[in-house]
Amino acid sequence: MHGSTDNLIEVRDLRQKIGTQEILRGVNLDIPRGETLVLLGQSGGGKSVFLRHLIGLMRPVSGSIRIDGEEIARLDERELEPVRRKIGMLFQDGALFDSMTVFENIAFPLRERGERNLKVIREKVAHALELVCLQGQEGKMPVNLSGGMRKRASLARAIISEPSCILYDEPTAGLDPIVSDTINRLIRRLQSQLHVTSIVVTHDMVSANHIADRVALLREGKIHFSGSLAKLHGTADPVIRDFVEGRSREID
Amino acid sequence: MKFPYSFPLTRAFCLYLGQAAFLAWEMFRSIFAGRIRWGIVLHQIVEIGFGSQAVVIITGIFTGAVFTAQIFFQFNALNMSTAVGPVVSIALCRELGPVLTGLMVAGRVGAAMSAEIGTMKVTEQIDALRALAVNPIDYLVVPRAVAMMISMPLLVGECIFFALTASYFVATSMLNVNSVFFLHHMWRYTHGKDMVMALTKGFVFAIIVVIVGCQQGLGTRNGAVGVGRSTTDAVVISSLSILMINFFLTMALNMVFPAGGGGY
Repeated sequence: MHGSTDNLIEVRDLRQKIGTQEILRGVNLDIPRGETLVLLGQSGGGKSVFLRHLIGLMRPVSGSIRIDGEEIARLDERELEPVRRKIGMLFQDGALFDSMTVFENIAFPLRERGERNLKVIREKVAHALELVCLQGQEGKMPVNLSGGMRKRASLARAIISEPSCILYDEPTAGLDPIVSDTINRLIRRLQSQLHVTSIVVTHDMVSANHIADRVALLREGKIHFSGSLAKLHGTADPVIRDFVEGRSREID
Repeated sequence: MKFPYSFPLTRAFCLYLGQAAFLAWEMFRSIFAGRIRWGIVLHQIVEIGFGSQAVVIITGIFTGAVFTAQIFFQFNALNMSTAVGPVVSIALCRELGPVLTGLMVAGRVGAAMSAEIGTMKVTEQIDALRALAVNPIDYLVVPRAVAMMISMPLLVGECIFFALTASYFVATSMLNVNSVFFLHHMWRYTHGKDMVMALTKGFVFAIIVVIVGCQQGLGTRNGAVGVGRSTTDAVVISSLSILMINFFLTMALNMVFPAGGGGY
């Protein structure tokens, strides 16, 4: 049984295998509308794999994923298109189309949805660029942008069609602390200005502390912990404490 | 026991054929459903068709020239030098023109398609397309396929035209074949059906190059090494497929357009 319809996303007993390795071993998670959930976990722990299921980029071996009440786990590529229009995704390395300029990248979702009025496109792109603090970079090619700028341009592309949910895959990975802070503020600002539901996959505790309404910890293919930041920091669970404090159990 | 050893290869071959057939099915479904982005088709025609002209023209000129010389050396000994024209013309229309154009385009365009789509795959750009609710087959494969289906027959025609022009000049200027006899016999024994066969083959080879190139690109894994492997495989597989399918196509088309039958 799925829970309340106030949840934008409901995941039940989600299982995924890659080769012989079980990546997800029965993930259960509800994400209410408007919430920013930070999904923590070790590198290679299946966080990104989980995120990719929420937009239909991967199909689960078993289990159920409901987006806005609609079961998406068994939909084919064409049936998934209306669901994907409700969701924006920020990929780890931006995944900007490298044959297009920043402007063309950001305008891409609008054009694909039939917008032909160049004036409207220009206005919307300018607004999206302003939101991510990238004004004046429209004419550049992605290869000429820094890592942080690429991520921000990718975020502008994800938000331009005003999705009800944004998925962030490691938004601060590989960035210096100042750029990371800019991205964190941006996520917070988008949440307050656009009121979107956000799921942020990260292993960066600084980022989690800055943006999370709720935190979940994925461990050994299952949700090990789910709760507020205060509950996370107050727990005595050694696994969570090690993660929060960045402590390894390996002996020197 | 050979069978168990050959089994993985057979399985891989069947799997590949299945994936290619699935891609072809999806591609034609999109084309017939009218999901064609004509702007990208036009861009691809420039990239594929216009950009391949130099390669195809040079291939045509030197194939026509060398084939004329060889046929002349053999036929002249039998006092049949004026038969050089029709032999060269029919061979170029029915086989050499479409096959050589197909091979050159497979090397140039098939490799580029595979490398471009493969790089997009390993840098998550294909996933980004999917996440933006854009079907990669509609956006990447269909425009390339339509552009190839339009460009390839034209390139085959161009290759044959330049090959025959080279043949005429080599035969008449360098080998002293009578130009009137050369043209007269060439015209007499070459029919419209030979040209139709050439264009049909060009069309089929276009589909092979697109399906193999895009299939390799979309199936790319393992970063830069994977892109390199996909590109090499795309050229090898599409070239071999062209050569093999050409034989069966010749047999089938010969039933529809039987060879021979000259005269006025």
